[in-house]
Amino acid sequence: MDNYRVYFTGVGGQGTLLATTVLAEAAILAGHNALASEVHGMAQRGGVVESTVMIGDIKSSIISDGEADVLLGFEPVETYRAMRKCLADSVVVSNTVPIIPYGVAIGRGAYPDVDKLFDFIRSRVKQLIILNAQALAEQAGSTLAANIVMLGALAGSGVLPIPRGAYEQTIRTKTKEKFVRTNLRAFRLGFAAL
Amino acid sequence: MHPLLTEEVDKRLFLLGNEAIVRGALEAGVAFATTYPGTPASEIGDNFFRIAAESELYFEYSTNEKVALETAAGAAVSGLRAICSMKHVGLNVAADPLMTLAYVGVRGGMVVVTADDPSMFSSQNEQDNRMYARLSGLPMFEPASVQEAKEMTEAAFRISEALELPVLLRTTTRLSHGRGIVTTGSLMPPKTRGAFEKESSRFVSVPANARVRHRVLLSQGEKARYMACISPYNTVTGKGRWGIATSGIAYNYVADAVKDLGIQARVKVLKLGFTYPFPEKLVVEFIRSVDKILVVEELEPVLEDNLKVTAQTNGLAIPIVGKDPELFSRLYEYDPGMVREVIARFFELRYTPPRPVDIKEDRGAVQLPVRPPNLCAGCPHRATYYAVTSVLRETQTEMVFPTDIGCYILGLLPPLQTADLLICMGSSVTSAAGISKATGKRVIAFIGDSTFFHSGITGLINAVHNRHNFILVILDNGTTAMTGHQPHPGVEITPAGWDKPYISVEAIATACGVEQVSVVNPINLGKTKAAVKKALESNKLSVIIAKAPCPLHEARVRGKKKKRGFVVGPECNTDCTECIDTFGCPALYKNTAPDAKTTMIINEDLCIGCGVCTQFCKKIRPKKV
Repeated sequence: MDNYRVYFTGVGGQGTLLATTVLAEAAILAGHNALASEVHGMAQRGGVVESTVMIGDIKSSIISDGEADVLLGFEPVETYRAMRKCLADSVVVSNTVPIIPYGVAIGRGAYPDVDKLFDFIRSRVKQLIILNAQALAEQAGSTLAANIVMLGALAGSGVLPIPRGAYEQTIRTKTKEKFVRTNLRAFRLGFAAL
Repeated sequence: MHPLLTEEVDKRLFLLGNEAIVRGALEAGVAFATTYPGTPASEIGDNFFRIAAESELYFEYSTNEKVALETAAGAAVSGLRAICSMKHVGLNVAADPLMTLAYVGVRGGMVVVTADDPSMFSSQNEQDNRMYARLSGLPMFEPASVQEAKEMTEAAFRISEALELPVLLRTTTRLSHGRGIVTTGSLMPPKTRGAFEKESSRFVSVPANARVRHRVLLSQGEKARYMACISPYNTVTGKGRWGIATSGIAYNYVADAVKDLGIQARVKVLKLGFTYPFPEKLVVEFIRSVDKILVVEELEPVLEDNLKVTAQTNGLAIPIVGKDPELFSRLYEYDPGMVREVIARFFELRYTPPRPVDIKEDRGAVQLPVRPPNLCAGCPHRATYYAVTSVLRETQTEMVFPTDIGCYILGLLPPLQTADLLICMGSSVTSAAGISKATGKRVIAFIGDSTFFHSGITGLINAVHNRHNFILVILDNGTTAMTGHQPHPGVEITPAGWDKPYISVEAIATACGVEQVSVVNPINLGKTKAAVKKALESNKLSVIIAKAPCPLHEARVRGKKKKRGFVVGPECNTDCTECIDTFGCPALYKNTAPDAKTTMIINEDLCIGCGVCTQFCKKIRPKKV
């Protein structure tokens, strides 16, 4: 089997770390070896949160520049900022909904035009998949489930050798019981979003 | 049941490196665990905390790392298996007991975990704590994978007990916060009742005894060196005349690079996991079997220097290199691509690195907005900082702000800018004394409650006794917030079942001899400003305790409160931006909508309804329901 390196980026509070663990556990359930890497601590207070999942016969848990097979971006500027992790062959899945950085909110600096960011990304990688994860999460029952919508979109892209059932089973066993139904709906909406 | 307490053997768990250490300790029959929280070590203590609630394990969050280490040492000299975990700089605090505990030794196995932070994701420095093994003479393990983290913790207990010495286990952020598959072994039932058998010639470290015990430490060290030579964690794999020596997390980058570059048949890899004492005999054989050696280790050239000494001692003169302007740096953590590239260069292999997408090639590119971390909306620290800075503005006073370790360091950023000097835990109080004495001007120092208990108290006693004159603001949010809301002696909002006594910060400050101590709720801006003014006017060493719970912690323990909503009134239509220029709450920002009727707007999702902003701006008021 080939190896896969998945890079996650988002903003503190978006639930990227839960999505990281669910993906890795789903890969393991599907019979693969998996590793993950997270950054905790100070970075989480509204800052950028990055994490990785490695699937296959890989020992390193971090992704160097130009080595991500898949980039899962939970916020458009953060997707764009993390593009150095990608190469021409990468697949990028990104949420379209901005989280305005505080500096921009108080009038210092501007938030770039999201469509232009995506145009550039599209011109440089094999495939770009974009979706409004917030809207789909709301449809599923909670905006908090946007992270699982993103995971659904990743699964729906078919890039990774993990069957749909492995994700759904992992969501059932590894996410909080009272959110399982919402999360499963969120996953299915993300899956079908393409 | 806590998942790490599973009795099932050969079960595959997907664990954090820190969780694997906990499981390893449980499989070794650990009975006693202590810590002071600190990233990247915190999850070790946090898991022991939960496990202690449903098992026979004794666990405590100690007031600092020295206390944690000495408490665990007490248990270990009484025959229990004990573990003490901390972040790398915590071992500086615990270094004093560590050095002499190495002389007196232990009876039950004792493991000291140091979690280093190359690249300083959450730390003030990136010191390499492998140096502590050499300094103390204690054996050290350096796991490279999550599975090894579990296994080596268990092995460290066995070796500790065999040698009657504490053993160091060193991880780094990437291992502590990496996840991998761990296969469980069987849990060992702990011995939970110890007995202290007196042996004063050993345990009382007066000079006459210490002279004997130093000799014992050195001879135990030689036994440990033999163990390291035959340890399954120290291996040479592969074949060929090229050599790579590595330890810790860097091994993974080497293993992947050797495979990616297709040089398995040309290179031997020396991988050390039991890294101190240096397994000289094993290493000599390795050096003899290759023509040149590249050493791959993050931070300091510890392994490299040992290899060079070993080669010289044995009359071997092959090139051994690692830290070099052309090869590896002593700075920051490594990554797989960088290691692959250096290996290719060193062994003169043809190699084309991947070509990353470069956003600098985006012709339409704009300056990307940065996203620094910020104090949360409703954080009482912001209110305190605002009160202090507005009093100083009103009185046109400039002040230097020595500060300390915790969330409140985020006051560094504009618009608050309330941080001028930060060294280590507790340094706010003591450096304030030095600065005020040297400059002849009073300063305002900031320290958090947990940090005050950790190492602020002795500095405060010193300040009273030596007649230092400054203002100390204790930012008391009732928890150790930055590392994940761990309790400390001054917590009032506590989890169910918590039955430990409360120790008052105010009573301590008063008992230290501070004459002017005031306690204010920073959410009340007027009273907080009055306390600051009083402290400024009194010209006496003053302590202000700004006391209000961390809203995140309060919500987690007590559930979310129904919050008050606030709105910006229609009269906010001028060019006044004072709220963002001086206060900087993330819930309050410029209204850039095309149909904006007000200059500012409140993000109702972020706003927790603290109401501090309404106290300095009349245009903000409660929302009518």
